[in-house]
Amino acid sequence: MSVDIKIRNAVKKYGESIIINNLSLDIKEGEFFTLLGPSGCGKTTLLRMIAGFNSIEGGDFFFNSVRINDMDPVKRNIGMVFQNYAIFPNLTVEKNVAFGLKNRKLSKEEVVSKTDQFLKLMKIEEYRTRMPERLSGGQQQRVALARALAVTPDVLLMDEPLSNLDAKLRVEMRTVIKEIQNKIGITTVYVTHDQEEAMAVSDRIAVMNNGVIQQIGIPKVLYQRPANLFVASFIGRTNLLKSRMEVSGGKAFVILPGEHRLQVDTMKEEEMKPQDVVLSIRPEELYVKPEGEDGVTAYVDDAVFLGLNTHYFIHFENSEKAEIIQESQIDSIIKKGTKICLGVKTQKINVFDVEGKRNLVKGVVNDLDAYNGAS
Amino acid sequence: MMTYAYSKKRDVWKLISALVLALYALILVYPLGRLLKEAVISDGKFSLDGFKTFFSQSYYVGSIGNSLKVSFATTLVSLVIGIPLAYFYQMYEIKGKSLLQVLIILCSMSAPFIGAYSWIVLLGRSGIFTKVLEGIGIHVGSIYGFNGILLVLSLQLFPLVFLYLCGALKNVDNSLLEASVNMGCSGAKMFFTVVIPLCMPTIIASSLLVFMRAFADFGTPLLIGEGYKTFPVIIYDAYFAETGGNHMFGAAVSIIGIVITAGIFLLQNWLGNRHHFTMNALHPIERKKAHGLKNVLIHIYSWFVVCLSFMPQVYVIYSSFQKTSGKLFVKGYSLDSYRFAFTHLRKAIPNTFMIGIAALAIVVILAILIAYLVVRRSNTANKVIDTLSMIPYIIPGSVIGIALVLSFSKRPLLLSGTAAIMVIALIIRRIPYTIRSSVAVLQQIPLTIEEAAISLGASKMKTFFKITVPMMGNGIISGAILSWVTIITELSTAVILYNANTITLTLAVYTYVSRGSYGVAAAYATILTVTTILSLLIYMKVTGNKEVSL
Repeated sequence: MSVDIKIRNAVKKYGESIIINNLSLDIKEGEFFTLLGPSGCGKTTLLRMIAGFNSIEGGDFFFNSVRINDMDPVKRNIGMVFQNYAIFPNLTVEKNVAFGLKNRKLSKEEVVSKTDQFLKLMKIEEYRTRMPERLSGGQQQRVALARALAVTPDVLLMDEPLSNLDAKLRVEMRTVIKEIQNKIGITTVYVTHDQEEAMAVSDRIAVMNNGVIQQIGIPKVLYQRPANLFVASFIGRTNLLKSRMEVSGGKAFVILPGEHRLQVDTMKEEEMKPQDVVLSIRPEELYVKPEGEDGVTAYVDDAVFLGLNTHYFIHFENSEKAEIIQESQIDSIIKKGTKICLGVKTQKINVFDVEGKRNLVKGVVNDLDAYNGAS
Repeated sequence: MMTYAYSKKRDVWKLISALVLALYALILVYPLGRLLKEAVISDGKFSLDGFKTFFSQSYYVGSIGNSLKVSFATTLVSLVIGIPLAYFYQMYEIKGKSLLQVLIILCSMSAPFIGAYSWIVLLGRSGIFTKVLEGIGIHVGSIYGFNGILLVLSLQLFPLVFLYLCGALKNVDNSLLEASVNMGCSGAKMFFTVVIPLCMPTIIASSLLVFMRAFADFGTPLLIGEGYKTFPVIIYDAYFAETGGNHMFGAAVSIIGIVITAGIFLLQNWLGNRHHFTMNALHPIERKKAHGLKNVLIHIYSWFVVCLSFMPQVYVIYSSFQKTSGKLFVKGYSLDSYRFAFTHLRKAIPNTFMIGIAALAIVVILAILIAYLVVRRSNTANKVIDTLSMIPYIIPGSVIGIALVLSFSKRPLLLSGTAAIMVIALIIRRIPYTIRSSVAVLQQIPLTIEEAAISLGASKMKTFFKITVPMMGNGIISGAILSWVTIITELSTAVILYNANTITLTLAVYTYVSRGSYGVAAAYATILTVTTILSLLIYMKVTGNKEVSL
């Protein structure tokens, strides 16, 4: 039976230093929820607080309505997949999967049938009598997942489970993880620093930095309408340009390099006033216009052909640099030094206040606001 | 040009291979062959009389039973004491843990017979504690015979289990324990179902070590065994009972000893292979603070065990400052014992250092070369070297002593009575351990680093001396200091080989203990203990940590 997880005002301290301060979070039943952030942001710390391996210095943690702060990790009924899998090296695949089952009061038959069920589910039946050191990374990962799920936990916790795998296997395994999670419907908390991986598997993501959640939302919103500059630059790639907002005739304009005025219709009403701003324009939100059309002037510094797309590194007339992505064309790549004219997909760009703390564009959804009482 | 350099340098290692093989042939294969010949050839004819004598008398055969009984019991008790201690030490914060560890190591590094002698004084028939305890109505059983040997050897050898297990526990990844807790298995249940199985390879390896030490130890049963004869005592008696170059019986008994220890070794190997797996810890276990009663019990257990085993040494140091009259201790304190110690057997201290340092230097150089041959130049010849180098590991020290005497007592190989034979004995005894640790260090160094040096134009020899050896440096030095301590406390081989000119501190202690001059013996033992402590402090300084691993 899955549970929902409620965290209120969580505090984690190591000695005097505060790692996590006053963090609140709700994870829905059956949800695939990811904690995403750079290393040292406190995401693993928070996960281990849920698991019971880190002490909780303040706040409340609930599974459904049960407060688990002081509950023994043994009793929390959690399945956990560790970064290095933590497979017992002295036990066969089968015995690893059965380990948790044997600690429950189950009959021998149940242990055997459950073990079989999960070996099958993770497609590792053929390796059942193998020792872990004779398994590949991907197979070990499957064993770890089978072992964690076999005990029918209320919550599945995964701590950077794919970070030890090579790129190809990582993509394969994240599909496996997502599929299994969907099939079982278990509440899952997943920790990663890889934003692409997070977007691929998650229902919702919490982006963390320095122990503080920056934004909680579905992948699409995080990418298209990031709540602040940190989220904008951590999720995907983006060009940040210093700019100014001007208002005339009830319309908002931002100034691009070369004093090019760009009308932006997506601004929040209350933010439409003359002010300094920072623009976040993703590489694919800039496009090369045919010669002679009106646009922003720029010069190509370098081009990188990556198959589907070609990346151009450019500089504007004020010598600010940017990257743009174009679908690769059959004719030639634009040469270095070429003067080009750029258009902007205005609907997509994001405009931040000068400190980068707020997105001034409409459509930002941040589930975090529920706890801060802010708009 | 490159190919020329390559083939030429490879020859250097082949030459080293050949030299090492020749050395082993001389100091190991030949003496053991000589021992076998002595055991089965009498007056130029094949004869099994030596073996017949042994197996026809229950007195002799019984000694094997006694030795096996003592060794198994010691191994078991050492495991029962050492494993929980290591577990507590690695898992929980214990007050004064650095001191605790140093004391445990010191316990393992004193000669066992010193412990035996102290326990007699403390708990023997007229022992200090015996009288105190009888005063309050508690009668301790006899500590002579089996019980005494078990007590002394267990307290002496559990530190080996402790140190090995600490090493193993450091390799246990914390997430394995967390995974266990996560799946509903914690506390004592986790200790037995997860921790012990994870440490099983190390438990088996340390059991062998303890067993071999217990089996080969002869000082302890000699002093505290009284009528309880163990096998090494029989070997020693047999050797000294025979005169005039006839060592048939002694040699036969030695061969029987080798067969038994080889059997035990094979058994351990078989068990070890069945439990083989590899571990490495990404996140080592972090020590936690235990709370309440648990914390109190952990502290009581740890400190009680350590104090109990360190007590003999404290007593020895104390008694070295007691006033003596003749051989007896009298009231009051004085430095007489030291005065006597420094004026008699004056050679003991310089001998200890000269023989010890010579042996250590050769052991270290040989071990580095052999480790390199075994790890980086694996071929048939070097596999033979690897196997040969491990043979002394299973041969009781007194047997090595007898084999050396048999081999080097006639021209042109006349070495008996010289310091050289003592050095050779120490080399043979210590080299398996030093090679193992050097191999372990070398295996940690990626081959690519040497390849990088060679691709940058360094010759193979230059690469070895400028890159490989310096990278092994810290591991070698720390291994050498620990070898040094075992070298200066070596007794069982030396006792067969020494004479007045080559006596060392450990032998001096033994001599005066067996003569009943306990004050002088205590003074020598104290000098030895101080040397050991200083060596350990240097070790900690060199390795820059407070953790000693064997």
